[in-house]
Amino acid sequence: MDEALLRSLTPSVLAILVRRGAGFAAAEDAVQEALVEAVRVWPVDLPRDPKGWLVTVAWRRFLDATRSDAARRRREGLVDQEPAPGHTPAMDDTLRLYFLCAHPSLTPASAVALTLRAVGGLTTRQIAQAYLVPEATMAQRISRAKRTVAGVRFDQPGDVATVLRVLYLVFNEGYSGDVDLAAEAIRLTRQLAARVDHPEVAGLLALMLLHHARRTARTGPDGSLVPLSEQDRGRWDTELIAEGVEILQTALARDRLGEFQAQAAIAALHADAPTAEETDWVQIVEWYDELTRLTDSPIVRLNRAVAVGEADGPRAGLAALAALDASLPRHAAVAAYLHERDGDLAAAARLYAEAARKAPNLAERDHLIRQAARLNARRRR
Amino acid sequence: MAKYLLLKHYRGAPAPVNDVPMDRWTPEEISAHMRYMHDFAARLEETGEFVDGQALAPEGTWVRYDGEGRPPVTDGPFAETKDLIAGWMVIDVDSYERAVELAGELSAAPGAGGKPIHEWLEVRPFLAAPPTITE
Repeated sequence: MDEALLRSLTPSVLAILVRRGAGFAAAEDAVQEALVEAVRVWPVDLPRDPKGWLVTVAWRRFLDATRSDAARRRREGLVDQEPAPGHTPAMDDTLRLYFLCAHPSLTPASAVALTLRAVGGLTTRQIAQAYLVPEATMAQRISRAKRTVAGVRFDQPGDVATVLRVLYLVFNEGYSGDVDLAAEAIRLTRQLAARVDHPEVAGLLALMLLHHARRTARTGPDGSLVPLSEQDRGRWDTELIAEGVEILQTALARDRLGEFQAQAAIAALHADAPTAEETDWVQIVEWYDELTRLTDSPIVRLNRAVAVGEADGPRAGLAALAALDASLPRHAAVAAYLHERDGDLAAAARLYAEAARKAPNLAERDHLIRQAARLNARRRR
Repeated sequence: MAKYLLLKHYRGAPAPVNDVPMDRWTPEEISAHMRYMHDFAARLEETGEFVDGQALAPEGTWVRYDGEGRPPVTDGPFAETKDLIAGWMVIDVDSYERAVELAGELSAAPGAGGKPIHEWLEVRPFLAAPPTITE
């Protein structure tokens, strides 16, 4: 069965139900049931018109649920307070779903879950597995999210920046389960880019493609982290890089710079270097300066210190680092790296060990503790 | 989205404010405590933040490998072990602040006299998956 087809049909089927007058929450439940049914039935009997099939089944499920719901409401003496669905034909239905699922009233975790289900067409079970929480917990997270946006009119245009933040999270913070969240994030961002003409949407898509291109080179055969400078660049996906660079150049030409375009520009400069030594660090520092202006994020300043260390030497990098708060995540790791480049192996080993104690994930911790061990072994020789 | 372990100790944590051992509570106070814990977990399930909750028996056995073809060596339990885990709850929340807020609520579980125990809970972040974008 073509799961990609099934998933790509999800937002338009959902939108059809909402346009027919179903409330968003009830429509979304009905579509989810239709998807589960499709997974069961399609491998045996693929319908000739998959979308029509989904609409029919989802609508039937919606009516069934509404009837039993209406009966219950009559018993309880309640009235239907579902707001009337609005409709402005000017805006694409799928686009509206993106906005609704990334609504600013939702917490990041809820927006991510709702987007993956209502726009991405993933099942609750798949989303729960991807984020390593029980299915019941994920089901509650999604139904709360739907209650939160229940009062939001479906025809309200949203801020594309909120949607981009959600898609960035899906790409950047996925566990590796059965569902490939990075690939899913790229699919959803492509689908969005086809509907919104905005340089930052293109910037995020380029950023994802450029990082995805390095995917197989990023982990060693034993699952360990391979840093950028040590990656086998022959394993980078040149097609993805070419596509990412082209999308980025078109976006940059419009002269409306944003943080995703700047981040993608940095990734593109790395992608462009045949060897780590040939990296254009001077340009990368300039892009970090742009990013600092755009976001003023301490994490960006930390990454900038690394780039300065490469462009102007480790002493310059350490000077840039000295201006930053030492409690920043990965501060010790950056300090360790710069001290090693500066030849101070004792300080570097001590800082690598400190960085390992503070590492936010296992792969980084293992990598950092290996660095400390490598330096300590060298010092003993 | 980050997972945290809320760790409850039999021994090893600083003394709580309402420091009366459970065997000196009234049965009603014990029931109220259990109900609070249960309701807390149920509420977290509803907010989509609950991952797991388990309690441990206080006594355990130390086990280690003893060489090819030999059964593992066991030892203990050791009465002098300083740090003794009683149980845990695993939560999946949006921020560290939220984890601390929830640990605070859990620590308010009623004990002797129906008053909050003010028990010290240890909040430990999980080591997550590495992010994709690092530079």
